[in-house]
Amino acid sequence: MPDPGGAPTPYIPNTDADRAAMLARLELTDLDTLFDELPLAHRDPAIALPEALAEADLIRLLRDRAAENGSGGRLSFLGAGAYRRAIPAVTGQLTSRSEFVTSYTPYQPEVSQGTLQAAFEYQSVVCELTGMDVSNTGMYDGASATAEACMLAARATRRSAVALLEPIDPRVADVVRTYAYGANIRVDTIPADADVAGALGDEHAALVAQQPDFLGGIRDLAPLTEAAHAAGALCVVAADPFALAMLRSPGDAGADIVTGEGRDLAGPPGLGGPSLGLFAAREPLLRQMPGRIVGRTRELHGPPGDDGTPGAPRTGYVLTLQAREQFIRRERATSNFSTGQSLIALAFTITVQALGPAGMRRSAERCYQAAHAAAARIDALDGYAVLDHGPWFQEFLVHAPLPPAALTRALAERGIEGGLDVSARAEPEARDASLFCVTEATHVRDVDALIAALIEIGATA
Amino acid sequence: MSTIDPLRDEDFGARLTFDRGAPGRFAVAVAGWDGPVVPEPPAGLLRETLALPELSQGELVRYYTALSRRNFGVDSGTYPLGSCTMKYNPKVDDLVAGLPGFAETHPLAPVEEIQGTLRLLHELQGYLAEITGLPFVSLAPAAGAQGELAGMLMVKRLLERRGELDRRRRVLVPDSAHGTNPATATMAGFAVTELPSGADGAIDPAVLERELDGTVAALMVTLPSTLGLWEPAIEEIAARVHRDGAFLYGDGANLNAILGRARFGDLGFDVVHLNLHKTFSTPHGGGGPGAGPVCCTAELADYLPAPVVVEAGDGSLDLVRPSDTIGRLQQFHGSAGVLIRAYAYIRSLGLAGLRATSANAVLNANYLRTLLEGHYALPYPRRVMHEVVFSGSRQRNPGDVRTYDIAKRLIDYGIHPPTVYFPLIVDEALMIEPTETESREAVEAFARAMIAIADEAARDPELLHGAPHNAPIGRLDEANAARRPELRWRPQSI
Repeated sequence: MPDPGGAPTPYIPNTDADRAAMLARLELTDLDTLFDELPLAHRDPAIALPEALAEADLIRLLRDRAAENGSGGRLSFLGAGAYRRAIPAVTGQLTSRSEFVTSYTPYQPEVSQGTLQAAFEYQSVVCELTGMDVSNTGMYDGASATAEACMLAARATRRSAVALLEPIDPRVADVVRTYAYGANIRVDTIPADADVAGALGDEHAALVAQQPDFLGGIRDLAPLTEAAHAAGALCVVAADPFALAMLRSPGDAGADIVTGEGRDLAGPPGLGGPSLGLFAAREPLLRQMPGRIVGRTRELHGPPGDDGTPGAPRTGYVLTLQAREQFIRRERATSNFSTGQSLIALAFTITVQALGPAGMRRSAERCYQAAHAAAARIDALDGYAVLDHGPWFQEFLVHAPLPPAALTRALAERGIEGGLDVSARAEPEARDASLFCVTEATHVRDVDALIAALIEIGATA
Repeated sequence: MSTIDPLRDEDFGARLTFDRGAPGRFAVAVAGWDGPVVPEPPAGLLRETLALPELSQGELVRYYTALSRRNFGVDSGTYPLGSCTMKYNPKVDDLVAGLPGFAETHPLAPVEEIQGTLRLLHELQGYLAEITGLPFVSLAPAAGAQGELAGMLMVKRLLERRGELDRRRRVLVPDSAHGTNPATATMAGFAVTELPSGADGAIDPAVLERELDGTVAALMVTLPSTLGLWEPAIEEIAARVHRDGAFLYGDGANLNAILGRARFGDLGFDVVHLNLHKTFSTPHGGGGPGAGPVCCTAELADYLPAPVVVEAGDGSLDLVRPSDTIGRLQQFHGSAGVLIRAYAYIRSLGLAGLRATSANAVLNANYLRTLLEGHYALPYPRRVMHEVVFSGSRQRNPGDVRTYDIAKRLIDYGIHPPTVYFPLIVDEALMIEPTETESREAVEAFARAMIAIADEAARDPELLHGAPHNAPIGRLDEANAARRPELRWRPQSI
């Protein structure tokens, strides 16, 4: 593909002529001699990779791969940790500005104020939604943020176990166990119907509760935070930040750390990644926190005016409290966290700020009402029932006249992505149930199509 | 020199979105609900207030556009941040990653519905296995540091299964390593022993010999090292570590130097993580998202983080939990959007393009070395790989110019500073990685700027102490930021 003697790829500018001049300065004749320190037996091994593709062919290939994916995304009632939201057009447009996209972690604040100030906006938004005092600039995803919260709790309380309150997302619990394996921390689960206060002991560093819980229910957090504190543990709440536009903030209910998944407000689900882990805490935990933190400060000297005398120092932003971090503290750092999810955090921030206070609340209420209206329609169908188990937000348990797995298949045949099969869970209400999700982005015609399909499926079951 | 900040005369940073706009303005029209209404949950479960900014769409767009102009990216100019491989990010990779067929897929969709993405991810696993010479791959880790954690937990699990974990509690880390290495070893529950580097910057075999006493779980090695140097005894080191019953962990942050030239697996590494946002040119986004796949030998494969993509006999693909996995690292399957970009990058280059990448990266670094040698102290004066570490120590006299000042002055020349004060074993370190995507002229322009700054340091140190002079903002009071943390907007902060 490249011309002989020309640049080898579109991304490498040097031509043979450039290379010859550079090698001459190095007193070398051959590019390969740059690698002559590498052991000869293993130098330039056979590597099986496909031939290079021209840009147009690459686009064609990727379009074909994308087309191999099914059409389920268009009519979807799947949630369970990844929710389709109405994302404002400004979010993608602004986030794709290349000064944001192609910069590194802001180690040089003078040329990184865009990233830094946006991160301060993010921290402000997250503190407001969660009711916390301080936020970091974001972590990998909600699950790993929750795991880091458990590690923080263990450090802060010098205890060696954490308790996860069911119903909790099994994938979040899995990630907590992975991190806990590293730190030699025990992970207990508290059944949904158990007495929480009785289940907590003086070995527990944290009680972790999901809001809304994995089966969609809205929790009353205050009794949980009280139970955790009575046991000398911290209360960690893993919350959906979108639902928090409507729900009492976990901080107001007494939580110590709030984590959450921000991906849904940043863009489409994208197979669940890259994601964004919210991590916010009460002020006394600040110096124990993992991740990057941005602080506001001022210039050391103001800019010179026309007459040469310095003006007032201007406001700027820096990475701060870095003595917690791996590149300074090394093996004594609060975490190994380095590259995070900066661009996703930017998208999250712009979505929340574009919606604003009224738009966020209205969207959350529309989500709540749309889900309840859809649930009522399903509940009214012959052979179907929606379980009533207290207040819930956007997800509900459907019992169908056929088993959940068969229902999922029957819906898929009709071009519909059905709810998640949760029949293997321990909670009695989950038995033989599918977890359906309706959000503010679900069009009423989508629900019409679901109802028609459920009637058809029910008639033949 | 012109400024990149149109709002330079205003104290732009003092006013956040929260301080702009006016009550009642909004940036996007949101539909309410006009169907049947059910009562809201009890008031005790509901929020009373939500303090968020209220801006019109145009105001919001201008604010974030102004912010973007106060940022410097690879698309803005030379960004020779050592150890970070800030190469140009191909635009077509962004385009294909955003195709709706990829972007709209739900992570819990039945696997029959996501075969296209899974096929791509399966192929990517294969490419990374080929490139590293380590045949088993998980794409699950979200970034390099999480890939490190995965690798060290895999080692921990294997030692546990062998019944050796009780006595193998130590992890050896060279003093030139990235901070993530020792931090990761701690997170995995090990004690860290730091190995002092030899006079040539390499791992000292005698030091290693002394530490390998049956209590070591692993040695973590960055190859090439953070000094930009090849590790000449790497094969002997691998053999010695294995003879002791320990494992050799590879930090793949510097893979760009040896792409297509040598493979971790062939050299004796057991497990390695890669940074796709470095070597495979997925954009870094101001601090992520990245992706940190982990590649390993057959011995460690059962412990890989979940999930891995597996092809069945009929050619269909599935997400599988390895039999004795260390578990999940993220809720779902990894950073698919980043992985698609890396896949596209590899397909656009092929093996010849990847080999040209490492060759030109190494050539640029060495060319720069010869251009700057004599102007700055070079603590390890020999052939380098993809990056070269200079020292600003010579500039300290007579004007007390520090590396910090040199870095800030580069900003005035329209260049992003290199990595400074790392690796820690080099006094006043200036760690410079031009990458292959800088042209010969750009490397020369960078060298000219550095030489001019060396001259300024001798003639007019105050010029450097006050730098940058042409940035959107001057030096900031970082000590005050840490002493009196102001970490979020508050109404009284106006």
